[in-house]
Amino acid sequence: MENQVTRKAYIEDLARIQEKIVEMGIAAETAAKNSIKALLTFDKKLAAQVMESDDIIDKLLIEIEDSCILLIAKQQPIAHDLRVIATSFKISTDLERIGDHAFDIAKITYNLKKAFDFQDSHIKALADCAISMINMSIKAYKNADVNLAEKVCIEDDNADSLFAKTLTEISNQTSINTMPEFVFTSRYLERIGDHATNIAEWVIYLETAERIRKTKKI
Amino acid sequence: MQYKMQAKNLNLYYGSKQALYNISLNVPTNKVVALIGPSGCGKSTFLKTLNRMNDLIESVHIDGDIFLDGNDIYAPDTDIVYLRKRVGMVFQRPNPFPMSIYENIAYGPRVHGLKNKNKLNEVVEKSLRSAALWDEVKDRLTDSAMGMSGGQQQRLCIARVLAVEPEVILMDEPCSALDPISTMKIEELVAELKKNYTIVMVTHNMQQAARVSDYTAFFLNGKLVEHDITDVIFTNPADKQTEDYISGRFG
Ligand SMILES: Nc1ncnc2c1ncn2[C@@H]1O[C@H](COP(=O)(O)OP(=O)(O)OP(=O)(O)O)[C@@H](O)[C@H]1O
Ligand SMILES: [Mg+2]
Repeated sequence: MENQVTRKAYIEDLARIQEKIVEMGIAAETAAKNSIKALLTFDKKLAAQVMESDDIIDKLLIEIEDSCILLIAKQQPIAHDLRVIATSFKISTDLERIGDHAFDIAKITYNLKKAFDFQDSHIKALADCAISMINMSIKAYKNADVNLAEKVCIEDDNADSLFAKTLTEISNQTSINTMPEFVFTSRYLERIGDHATNIAEWVIYLETAERIRKTKKI
Repeated sequence: MQYKMQAKNLNLYYGSKQALYNISLNVPTNKVVALIGPSGCGKSTFLKTLNRMNDLIESVHIDGDIFLDGNDIYAPDTDIVYLRKRVGMVFQRPNPFPMSIYENIAYGPRVHGLKNKNKLNEVVEKSLRSAALWDEVKDRLTDSAMGMSGGQQQRLCIARVLAVEPEVILMDEPCSALDPISTMKIEELVAELKKNYTIVMVTHNMQQAARVSDYTAFFLNGKLVEHDITDVIFTNPADKQTEDYISGRFG
């Protein structure tokens, strides 16, 4: 018997969900990147733009969830297909949270009275680290690249230590004025790193069916 | 683990055409094993080797071994009637005898020598109860079985197999001619029956295999590609061909 390919529409629907995840990933990464750029350059216009574009991310989340629910109801996905669906739910939630944190950082910038000086802080390095983690986790997802996903999990240690450094810096700060903004921003960035790590762990699960859970707490 | 039946290096030929290639498969006691695979891959052929139904076909030639409780069922001194009592079979299409519901069930035990009327009544009731059919038919046992619904007829056929007290039940797509409700009833029945019987079931319905079986064996072109715990087959099969088949990529 010849092995003819069947369920064309179903396979296309699954692929479309995965494309949407990537699209959402790029949107979340862009939001995070711009929120930091706006903060560092005291660009309120850019900050406002980040806050507005959060709706796009939220809309993608709903679309992904709806498509997943429909496919479960109609197609009974199993094995790798089922993991596509399960991880789509999880990853889209993490991406949505990254978007929320970008929104939060943008909002800080939007409400700032004056630019503040990050020169001597590790916050820029923490931001670069977190953003590259989003970038790698999405790339790992897109290319089914388990090695890259593992790198993200390892990189999370780096994010954590940068976060610890910023906290130390903050406690040594003399200027009280911007302290809460500092604390919140670094906290958001650290959380973004955690979400990127979650995504990477789901990529590993998607491709290997193995559950990785790096338990960590500061 | 205890194996009720075991196939070892089994090859089967229809004349010169080989239909099964070196199949080795264990059937654990009191478990349900599902056989899946595309049409023509050899599921029914394999199933029928388990109670020597293939003997009925002139051209069939077999090498390799099949064991029931460790005894080779193809040994020359095998009592085939007794073997088929121990290893009963339910077919794709319900095939009740054109007689009353009662007589359908009583037929087998009578053939095997049970004459006592009260004992026969007991067996009929017990079998119909086990097949989850008693309540639906107890008031019309003398009616013709041909007037039952398809789902009822299939459960009657299962009751008929149970009446001779088998140890293994072979089912070849037992639900393929049934509506969803009857299918669910058969599936529940299978879950109940495995407490006392060992079951091997061919099914084309992936979800059914996933729901009812403990082990799943995937056949392709007469070969056993993969067999494992059902949960593993349906979440993380080892072979790409299995994954493609169960997820409907070909078939
Ligand atoms: N009596 C027979 N004589 C010759 N060839 C046969 C006979 N029965 C089956 N075959 C061949 O053996 C192969 C396996 O058939 P089998 O009926 O076991 O497949 P199957 O997996 O049960 O398929 P289906 O899902 O369609 O019931 C097929 O190629 C079939 O043509
Ligand atoms: Mg068949």
